[in-house]
Amino acid sequence: MAKRRATWLALALPVAATVALAACSSSSSSSSSSSAATSAATGSSSSAAASGGLKTGLKVFVIPKQLGNNYFTTADSANSGGAISALNTLGESGTETSGTAATPASQIPAIQAAISKGANALIVSATDPTALCPTLTSAMKRGITVVTYDSDAPTCRSMFINQASTAQIGTSEVDVLAKQLNDTGQIAIVSAAASATNQNAWIGYMKQQLKKYPKMSLAAVVYGNDDPTASTQVTQGLLQQYPNLKGIISPTTVGIAAAAAVLDTAKYRGKIALTGLGTPDEMKKFVSDGTVKEFELWKPQDLGYLAGYAAVELASGKITGAQGQSFTAGKLGSFTVGADNTVLLGPPFVFNSGNINQFNF
Amino acid sequence: MRAVLSPRRQQRPDESGGRTGSAALAERVFRIRESGILVVLVVFVAITAAVQPRFLSATNIQFVLVDTTVFALLALGETMVVISRNVDLSVGSVLGLSAYLSTSLFGPHPGIPIVVVFLAGLGIGLACGVANGIMVAAGRVPSLVVTLATLYIIRGIDILIVGGKEVVAQSLPSAFLEIPKATVFGIPDLAIAIAVVVGIGAYYLRTFRSGRDLYAIGSNPAAARLAGLPVGRRVFTAFAISGAIAGVAGVLWGAQYGTINSTAGTGYELQVVSAVVVGGVAIFGGSGSVVGAALGALLLSTISSALYVLGISPFWDQAIWGFLLLLAIALDQTITERLTSALRKRRTRHA
Amino acid sequence: MPSLTDRPLPELLRPALRWETGLAVVVILILVIGSAASPDFLTGNNLFNLGLSNGEVAIMTLPMALIIISGEIDLSMASILGMASALLGVLWNKHWPMPAIFVVIALVGLAAGAVNGLLVTRLRLPSLAVTIGTLALYRGIATILLGPNTVSNFPTAYTNLGVNAVPFTANDMTYSTLIFIVLAIIFGVVLHATPFGRSIYAMGASAEAAQFSGIRVKRIKTILFMVSGFICSLAGVLWTFRLDTSVQNNGLGLELNVVAIVLLAGVSIFGGKGSIIGVVLAVLAFAGIQNALLLTNFNQEATGIVTGALLLASVFLPNAGRWVRSLSRT
Repeated sequence: MAKRRATWLALALPVAATVALAACSSSSSSSSSSSAATSAATGSSSSAAASGGLKTGLKVFVIPKQLGNNYFTTADSANSGGAISALNTLGESGTETSGTAATPASQIPAIQAAISKGANALIVSATDPTALCPTLTSAMKRGITVVTYDSDAPTCRSMFINQASTAQIGTSEVDVLAKQLNDTGQIAIVSAAASATNQNAWIGYMKQQLKKYPKMSLAAVVYGNDDPTASTQVTQGLLQQYPNLKGIISPTTVGIAAAAAVLDTAKYRGKIALTGLGTPDEMKKFVSDGTVKEFELWKPQDLGYLAGYAAVELASGKITGAQGQSFTAGKLGSFTVGADNTVLLGPPFVFNSGNINQFNF
Repeated sequence: MRAVLSPRRQQRPDESGGRTGSAALAERVFRIRESGILVVLVVFVAITAAVQPRFLSATNIQFVLVDTTVFALLALGETMVVISRNVDLSVGSVLGLSAYLSTSLFGPHPGIPIVVVFLAGLGIGLACGVANGIMVAAGRVPSLVVTLATLYIIRGIDILIVGGKEVVAQSLPSAFLEIPKATVFGIPDLAIAIAVVVGIGAYYLRTFRSGRDLYAIGSNPAAARLAGLPVGRRVFTAFAISGAIAGVAGVLWGAQYGTINSTAGTGYELQVVSAVVVGGVAIFGGSGSVVGAALGALLLSTISSALYVLGISPFWDQAIWGFLLLLAIALDQTITERLTSALRKRRTRHA
Repeated sequence: MPSLTDRPLPELLRPALRWETGLAVVVILILVIGSAASPDFLTGNNLFNLGLSNGEVAIMTLPMALIIISGEIDLSMASILGMASALLGVLWNKHWPMPAIFVVIALVGLAAGAVNGLLVTRLRLPSLAVTIGTLALYRGIATILLGPNTVSNFPTAYTNLGVNAVPFTANDMTYSTLIFIVLAIIFGVVLHATPFGRSIYAMGASAEAAQFSGIRVKRIKTILFMVSGFICSLAGVLWTFRLDTSVQNNGLGLELNVVAIVLLAGVSIFGGKGSIIGVVLAVLAFAGIQNALLLTNFNQEATGIVTGALLLASVFLPNAGRWVRSLSRT
């Protein structure tokens, strides 16, 4: 009996401690969080005179879909000239944080922690278009600037920094492939997750653009879930199901890398054209041996850099993100906000054997 | 009762191996189980090929065989562990760590012999397997907990080391990337190599004392200990082998996909356990064969490929896989129970 | 399997009790170190976020603990969560009234658990293998139901459950935390103070002995699986409302976290040993560590390592004393 009482005490103690401390701090937390906000505000407004009215000393958190992903590391880090490099230039404090699983459940705690740590602005690549909204909306209610980049959460941010116009990505992918196929032939699409917003949006435009090429047809859209094994198997399945397949578009870096590895044999190299969105480093081998002639992407570091500037402009109150406003993003020049509070980085960049070796990401 | 009491009986206990009646029957039934999986495989392939003849094209067969390679290897190592009534959940993480660390050697050392890279992978896997083995064998703690922990720890170490980096095909020598593509008479070299390795594994388990001991340990660990079997050493070896195999599988993974980052091998453990179970290895140990497990991996891979080739909506994939897995488990259990009762009847008959 | 049938039940509890005390110390340590390392750790706001992020996982650890104590395991839990979430989305899209949807989801959860239970008890299939199969099957059903779609227009009355605090708790307690506390009390009472609970321990220690002493092992195990299914459905509903999103991969991969927490709680994987107190403490420890690491900018990749290390500690420390003693004996 004494033992059982001991355990109840053992349980009660930490729980009571937690509740007590929480109660003590909650009365002060509401004041501390508001004081954090005011101190951030006063802290930054005291140095507001800097660079054309932009605040300095802001705490900005860059939250990609996941950590450990080469594309995002390039987009975010200071070394590559990404988001944190822009933030450093502007005199803000930039930190990259996220989960490791590219799911909302993995990303949300990182967002919440950033809010707890007194973030003034969040730059987020959304793992899901809606699942982050309750968290992001409550952040915005507390006066935190929320900007999305790379992957949008349309209903809960002030601005979206898009790598290129969704329509343009879709149409140019088809155009690039059509050029290689002389406008003739059956093609297929190897996508990522079936529920990925950006993928489905691009595919929608691809289907539309295909109508301009009456001698080309779309055999199938398959989903590799951004997993190398699944992407490989769906590509192999395509090759068996459609013996007359002439081209494949894979608008996802994992998908195109996997498909390239499958096609990189004497049997398929050059016979089936492959294009899509890939990173130069991953594609170098396949471009040099002819498996892939041309593919597209943009410079992730420019995307991050632009997002950094946009977030600071918003947080400083210089723009509200409304359509038609414009701002300067350092070395990238001037940008104007388009429809749906979206800023476009620019047209997708076409990589081929002629230029690929100039890039290292 | 008379069987226990009569000392003149020649029948030695099954576990120390001897080709007496019950052991021979058991072996025959294991082979029947393996042929059972083979039959299911053949039937499945036949049905799919009837609907879509290109499923049996040379290219597709090559695809399926190569795709199965990594899982067949992992299943081989996992079988040894499961037979001894343990489980190794860390294989996916070990594969991932080995895949990155070994293939990253090519970048700064372009002339490095491929064999060295394979040895590096083997070494990394072996180190992880040894760690698992020591904890399970010496610590006498449940392997499910230990390998679940090392699953987390090894993946964490992998992510810490790799960060946002990745190994790309550009830095890998063509000879390395050709390994999964090389064929002889249309059969992938890798498939032949795996078949040979599985054969060696099967021979080892069936013939060598240390192999057969694993079955004994799996059937009844307490009895095995009492009978003087070096349980700790055997279990340790099983984990060490499982780790080493996972390490080699990691290198092959790198050759197959060409792009390696910190996510390689995530989630593989449940697939490998599925393959092993489908292959007729009892999850509680004591029975099963590596040939069965390899066939199980092949069957699951074939099903995956078939679904894609048949164009069945990809959204049905996982449900079908899960259903077939349950079916395989149920079938296997029925066979086990029939076998056990047959063995019991035999023993009493001889009494 | 090592048999614990020779020891009477109260003796069984003693080593377990010692682990719980150790775990309590760990939790206090985490509180102290966490708050020292980061001023934001013990704020009400942070605790609220903790509750949000971990609520569903915490709720799922309770039935998992009972199932493991009874000698089985249920790896399909996260998939049942996903299936419930998918159903919620699909039916809501078809304009079913929410109360009706809740009933359907509850029934489906019970059915999913029943399937697990029947396969394990009637067909005598090993639960580890079975629930790996149903993990895939139920996730697959979720995928078939939703396809590529995402449903996210749930009424705010419900999504507020995932965002607002329970009234009268100074904005600190999430609904999921409240549900967890209530369920923990219920499960705790059932497990530790009822014959039903004692029979769970008994069958975990030895299913045969329990059967012979008149305990209806099959029925109880099936009930446990059904309860698990129901609770996971509940977790699925909470999850969906919290994220305001019903998508096929909701909850993917959570089962290993749940198992890890339950093992951390000192529940033996062999069955027959463990306590709800341990589970509650383990939940606090697990969530606390993840959160402290996040707040202190400590390498987030390290959370896995810390979790793994704790798991190892959970099996080695209790054995350590016994091991040292056995070494000195040889």
